[in-house]
Amino acid sequence: MEFFLISMLNGVTYGLLLFMLSSGLTLIFSMMGVLNFAHASFYMLGAYFAYQISVKIGFWPALVIAPLAVGAIGMLVERYGLRKVHKYGHVPELLFTFGLAYLIEEAVHLIWGRSAVDYRVPAELSGSLFKIYGTAFPEYRGFMMLVSVLMLVSLYLVLTRTRIGLVIQAALTHPDTVEALGHNVPRVFMLVFGGGCALAGLAGVIGGNALVTEPGMALSLGAIMFVVVVLGGLGSLAGAFIASLLIGLLQTFAVGFDGSLGRLFAPLGISFPSGTFLGELWGLTISSAAPVLPYVLMVLMLIFRPRGLLGTRDV
Amino acid sequence: MMPRALRSLAVAAALAAASFAANAQQVLKIAYIDPLSGPFANVGEAGLKQFQYLADQVNQKNLAGGVKFEVVGFDNKTSPQESLNVLKKVIDSGIRYIMQGNGSSVAIALSDAVQKHNERNPGKELVYLNYAAVDPVLTNEKCHFHHFRFDANSDMKMEALTTFLAQDKNIKKVYLINQNYSFGQAVTKAAKADLARKRPDIQIVGDDLHPLGQVKDFAPYVAKIKASGADTVITGNWGTDMTLLVKAAKDAGLNVNFYTYYGGGLGSVAAMGDSAIGKVKQITEWHANVPTKDTDRMVNEFKKKNPDLDYYYGRAGTLMFMLAQAVKQAKSTEPNAVAKALSGMKMETELGQVEMRAADHQMIQPLYISTLQKQASKGGPKEVKYDADNSGLGFATDARIEAYVSAQPTSCNMKKP
Repeated sequence: MEFFLISMLNGVTYGLLLFMLSSGLTLIFSMMGVLNFAHASFYMLGAYFAYQISVKIGFWPALVIAPLAVGAIGMLVERYGLRKVHKYGHVPELLFTFGLAYLIEEAVHLIWGRSAVDYRVPAELSGSLFKIYGTAFPEYRGFMMLVSVLMLVSLYLVLTRTRIGLVIQAALTHPDTVEALGHNVPRVFMLVFGGGCALAGLAGVIGGNALVTEPGMALSLGAIMFVVVVLGGLGSLAGAFIASLLIGLLQTFAVGFDGSLGRLFAPLGISFPSGTFLGELWGLTISSAAPVLPYVLMVLMLIFRPRGLLGTRDV
Repeated sequence: MMPRALRSLAVAAALAAASFAANAQQVLKIAYIDPLSGPFANVGEAGLKQFQYLADQVNQKNLAGGVKFEVVGFDNKTSPQESLNVLKKVIDSGIRYIMQGNGSSVAIALSDAVQKHNERNPGKELVYLNYAAVDPVLTNEKCHFHHFRFDANSDMKMEALTTFLAQDKNIKKVYLINQNYSFGQAVTKAAKADLARKRPDIQIVGDDLHPLGQVKDFAPYVAKIKASGADTVITGNWGTDMTLLVKAAKDAGLNVNFYTYYGGGLGSVAAMGDSAIGKVKQITEWHANVPTKDTDRMVNEFKKKNPDLDYYYGRAGTLMFMLAQAVKQAKSTEPNAVAKALSGMKMETELGQVEMRAADHQMIQPLYISTLQKQASKGGPKEVKYDADNSGLGFATDARIEAYVSAQPTSCNMKKP
C-alpha cells in the first residue's frame, strides 16, 4: 500500500510535467497543422531564461517573465520564419523547425556553455509538503502539479469561453470566412504559435530546476514528448493529458516490478539461464525496461489505433 | 650542370632546415574523444579543460624533453558508433595518441578498433590512453599492448570499497543501483561477489539496472529503495544519472548511506546539498583534500582559470606526467617506443609510488575513501580545505587503501611487439 501510494504520487507528478511539455506542441499542431520539432528547444530556452532571471532578480519574476520572453521569440519565429515557408507546404515547415532546434541548441552552447547551470528550486519551496509513511513529498512537486492543473483549466477556458478562443477555433476550419469577417488570421496563428511556445517555456521554468538545466535537456525530452502526442492523438489536448498521466504512471510502476518474462514459467519448472536462446530477453526484468515502455506503447498504438486515444485523424 | 647542382643543393638545404624546425618544436598531439554534446557534455567538457591545463603544465616545465603536448577535443556523443567515426577522422589527421574515459561501452569499441588498426598498419600504431573507463575486461580478456588504463578498474574499486564497508557493523541491508551497460553490470557483479566473501551476513535487498542517461525522474527508484528497508546504497552511477538519483533521494528524505564511485563528479555535490553531509562516500584515486603540495598548487591555479569547474581527476596528472616521462625516456614520440617505455613504468607521485603494470597495462595505485563534509571555512572539519562545485561542501578522507589491497590478478595475455 505504501509503495502504491508513493508511486501513484510520483507517477502523477511526472505525468503532469509531461503534459505541460506536450500541451503546447499539441496546441500548435491542432491549430496550425505544424509539427514543431523545435518545441523541446523552447522548453530548454524557458529553463535557461528562468535560470538567468532567477540569479538576477529571483524565481517568482522568472516564472512570469521567462515564458513571456519565450513566447515572444516564438512569435518572431512564426512571423519571420514559418510564415514564409508555410506556402510551400508541410514538409518545408517540418524541416524549418528541425533546423531551428539545432540553431537554438548551438546558441545555448555559445551563451551558457556546455555544462549544466546551477538553477535551484527557490528556498520557500524546497521544504516538504507532507509525509506519507515516512517518505517526504516535496513542496516543489506539489507546486508543479498545481501549475500544471491551472494551466490545463485556463487553456480550456480560453479556448472555449473567450472571444479569442472562438476566433481561433473558427480560423482553424474556416479561415476564409473568419478573414472576411474582419479578423486578421495570420496574426491569430502567430498568437497561437507564440502561446504554444510560451507554454513550453513555462514547463522549462518549472522543470529546469526539478530536473537538470543543461544543453542536452531538449534532446532527452524531445522524444518522449512526441510519444505523448502520438499516444493521445495528434492535436487532442485532452488526449495529451490522458497520455501524459498514463506514461507517468506506467514508467513509475514498472520500476517497482522485478518480475521478468522468464519468471512466469518458473512454477512449471522451466528456467532460462542467460546462455540459452534468447536467454537475456527472458531474464530482462520489467524494472530495467521501464524507460523504454512508452516507446513500446507508441508502436502498439500506431499498429492498432493509429489515430491515438482521442485523436480524430490518422497519423 | 651548374644550375641543376645548385638547385639540388638548395633543396637539400631547405629540407634540412625544415627537419631542424620540426625537431626544434616537435608537438605530440593527443585526441581527446569524449562527449562534448548530449547528456554527458558537462563531464566531457570539464575533462577536456583539465587535460589542456595539464598539457600547459608539461610544456611550461618542459617535462617531455623538448616535446610539446597538445590536447585536441573530439565529440563522440557518448556513442560507440560515433566514436569509431571520430577515430577515423583522428587517424586521417595524423594524430597517433588518443584519450577517452566516459563510458566503458565506448572504450571497448575504441580499444577493439585501435587493436585492429595496429595489427593491420604496422609502423602507424595508435596508443590508447584510458583515463576513466573502468570495465575490468579492458585489462583482462580484451587487453592489448597499446591500451593503458590510468584509473583503478571497477573490480579494484569495489575490492577497496567493500574492505572499508565490511568494517561497519551497522550495515545490514545493501541496495545496488547501476547503469545498464558493461560498467554498471560489472559493478553489480563485483559488489555481490565481494560482499558475499567479506560480509556474508549482509543482505542484498535490491539490484536495479536502469538505462544509461535515459531516466529523468528517479523518484520511483527512491521509493523502491525506501520500501526495501536498505540502510546503504552502492552505486556506480555518473553524470546526470548520479545527480538526479541523489536529488530524488534528498527530495524524498531517504536516509541511507551512499557508497559511490562518482559522488564527487561534476555537479553531483551541488545537487545533493547539505542533506548529503556524512552520508555520501566516494572511492577515488585522489581528492582535493588529500594533503599535497604541487597538486594543491594546480588545484588553485585551475580554479582561478575555470571558476565554474573543479580539478577533479587526480589520475589525469599522473597520466600526463607519466606520458611525458615516457616520451623523454624513449627520446621519441613514436607510439611503439613510447608504449614500450610506459609498459611497466614506475613513478613517484605525491601520493606514493604508482606502477603501470606490465602484464595488463593497469595502473596500480593507492585509493582513498572519503565522505562529504562541510568545508572548513563554513564550519566543517579542518582538513576540508577545498569544496566541490563551489557548494561549500568537500570531501574528507576516511581511509587510504594501499595499492596492494585493491590489486587484482589478471587474465591478460598480451602480444608485445
